[in-house]
Amino acid sequence: MFRIISRETLAAKIHLFKIEAPAVARKAQPGQFVVVRVDERGERIPLTIADWDEQEGSVSMVFMEVGATTFRLAQLSAGESIADFVGPLGVPSDIEKFGTVVCVAGGVGVAVITPLAKVLKENGNKVISILGARSKDLLFWEDKLRNASHRLIVTTDDGTYGRKGVVTEPLKELLESGDRVDRVIAIGPTVMMKFCAKTTQPFGVKTIVSLNPIMVDGTGMCGCCRVSVGDETKFACVDGPDFDGHQVDWDLLTARQRIYLDEEKRSFERWQAEMAQGC
Amino acid sequence: MAKQDPKVRGRNFNQVALGYSAEQAKAEASRCLQCPKHPCTDGCPVEVNIPGFVKAVLDDNMPEAVSILKDKNSLPGICGRVCPQETQCEEACSLAKKGAPIAIGRLERYVADWERANSGTLNPGNKPPKPTGKRVAVVGAGPAGLVAAADLAKLGHSVTLFEALHVAGGVLMYGIPEFRLPKEIVQAEVAYVASLGVKTELDSVMGKLMTLDELLEDGYHAVFLGTGAGAPMFMNIPGENLNGVYSANEFLTRVNLMKAYKFPEYDTPVLVGKRVAVIGGGNVAMDSARCALRLGADEVYIIYRRSEVEMPARREEVENAQEEGIQFKLLTNPKRYIGNESGWVVGIECYEMGLGEPDESGRRRPVAKEGSEFMLDVDMVVAALGTRPNPLIAQTTSDLRTTKWGTVIADETTGKTVKGKVWAGGDIVTGSATVISAMGAARRAAKDIDKHLRG
Repeated sequence: MFRIISRETLAAKIHLFKIEAPAVARKAQPGQFVVVRVDERGERIPLTIADWDEQEGSVSMVFMEVGATTFRLAQLSAGESIADFVGPLGVPSDIEKFGTVVCVAGGVGVAVITPLAKVLKENGNKVISILGARSKDLLFWEDKLRNASHRLIVTTDDGTYGRKGVVTEPLKELLESGDRVDRVIAIGPTVMMKFCAKTTQPFGVKTIVSLNPIMVDGTGMCGCCRVSVGDETKFACVDGPDFDGHQVDWDLLTARQRIYLDEEKRSFERWQAEMAQGC
Repeated sequence: MAKQDPKVRGRNFNQVALGYSAEQAKAEASRCLQCPKHPCTDGCPVEVNIPGFVKAVLDDNMPEAVSILKDKNSLPGICGRVCPQETQCEEACSLAKKGAPIAIGRLERYVADWERANSGTLNPGNKPPKPTGKRVAVVGAGPAGLVAAADLAKLGHSVTLFEALHVAGGVLMYGIPEFRLPKEIVQAEVAYVASLGVKTELDSVMGKLMTLDELLEDGYHAVFLGTGAGAPMFMNIPGENLNGVYSANEFLTRVNLMKAYKFPEYDTPVLVGKRVAVIGGGNVAMDSARCALRLGADEVYIIYRRSEVEMPARREEVENAQEEGIQFKLLTNPKRYIGNESGWVVGIECYEMGLGEPDESGRRRPVAKEGSEFMLDVDMVVAALGTRPNPLIAQTTSDLRTTKWGTVIADETTGKTVKGKVWAGGDIVTGSATVISAMGAARRAAKDIDKHLRG
């Protein structure tokens, strides 16, 4: 069992959980993920590591309530435990001195981009970050990302905060401005990462995305997370989750993310009903 | 041995084979000739004293039968169900020449089940051994790891068993279905191993959480690698990533380990195909086909590129599948999978195959017949094409040598690898094989580790 040291609600239905997992904290690196299972009946789902503290022996993850597992996680309080917390999994993000790096974060992706931006900045890169959300009430960690970057641009789809529009607009302007951009890192919903990659492709700027297919074990055993990158099948859990966004078959990823749409809805509704009854 | 009716069992996950009654067990045991040369024992990879435990069953001395069996085999409830006895002890049985060997596997299962029913917990047996003060890390809690851990603990070493998944048992938990090997039995035998003093660390992905070198730096005197062959293989044909195309590992893991057959009581879903094709002819293919049937498929096909005689699956499992109505499309191989506009598999284009000259496996090589392509409508596919070792540990251990297939190079007798203080056994060394051969390799490695530690 893995104890929840603390929890914090960052935005509407978006939570940060700090989990006691000293062994994982010792080895975690930016870009890696964990697999969690709430309890005996739970599903195994991957969540990207947002932060870790080796001294404290803790690992933090940020998630949005979108399905049965994240909904059930959100019902837990600090001091309670989850059954399983497996990691650190996946290949760590590639960190070097690239020059100017544009970090694009959508939704919950800011929790993953922020530590990465910080390390990139520490490695001598000029970091320009773009933070996007659907609406103001879904924005969080704006200050943290600002501190981790040299410059920050915020967008909301509905214009309730920052610039109205989607992240690809300021991204395109940066690329068109003539200032050199050496690398783009986009982390967020699949559709956002796809359009970031499509935006940068004509400019030939290497664009790294962190893919989030469905997984079961997270260790290369099942192949559920297979993605096609440069016409080659890869397992996102062990070959990724970071890949070259220009090489990713986005339609395949999108289709595979929808395999269990009906079952996920059924399971989510079942748990919501059960919680509503107070059992 | 009585079995559930095929029509009934094809729709439930309860055990197919119902086991012997006491009378049946004694009647079977009474046929044993008690050959002084015990060829059966020689045919057993872990050298169980078979005439001894069979005699004890006949004499109604069940505690003695348990004790003899467990002296050599820590996991008899499992082996009694999944060992291929027909090519091991039973093949060697003197009565096999007359076509009626003693049903050793069924008797083994009877003894193990008797112990579980009559002692509540499984008895660790003899008095605790004298501690040696040596620490051994066993990586992987499948058949090889469990046996290595049990043997080393019985010899007085302090053993920690590291398992990547959330439960110990490996393929016994995620691969072999409930109707062939109830998970309760696996967990009873896992608990027996723990009762010997073995400490188990679940959720521990070695290679990621710790490297082998870090384990050794941490003070372990020896490491046994039993991480199996858990990475699925695909054919690299078009359409293999369509929705509805599973690896057998994923399909079986969802069903067995995650209990998706109880969805939504359990959170993990699994697709329920109406027309399901399973590609492959091994036990894993049979298990996948029979799971798909039990989940509610109308038609389930086994698509196998060779003919029935070359099928690697156990005869018994092929017969069980046939009785349940699984349809065998032999000498058939997929050319490509066909998808619809939303990315779901709707069919397979197959080749008819012929058999050519024998290949390196000694079996006649399957050859596609040009122009023989035909379509098969399906809405789900399970690719049971074999597995290879997971590279996570080899990738993070520079001085561990592997073959081009990813298997770890180790001495055939002792399991010693080229890396100091590291032994390996089971599928990680041989590639996918059987539970009992993994157990045999683990037993030999444990013996060598013990010898080394007592130096």
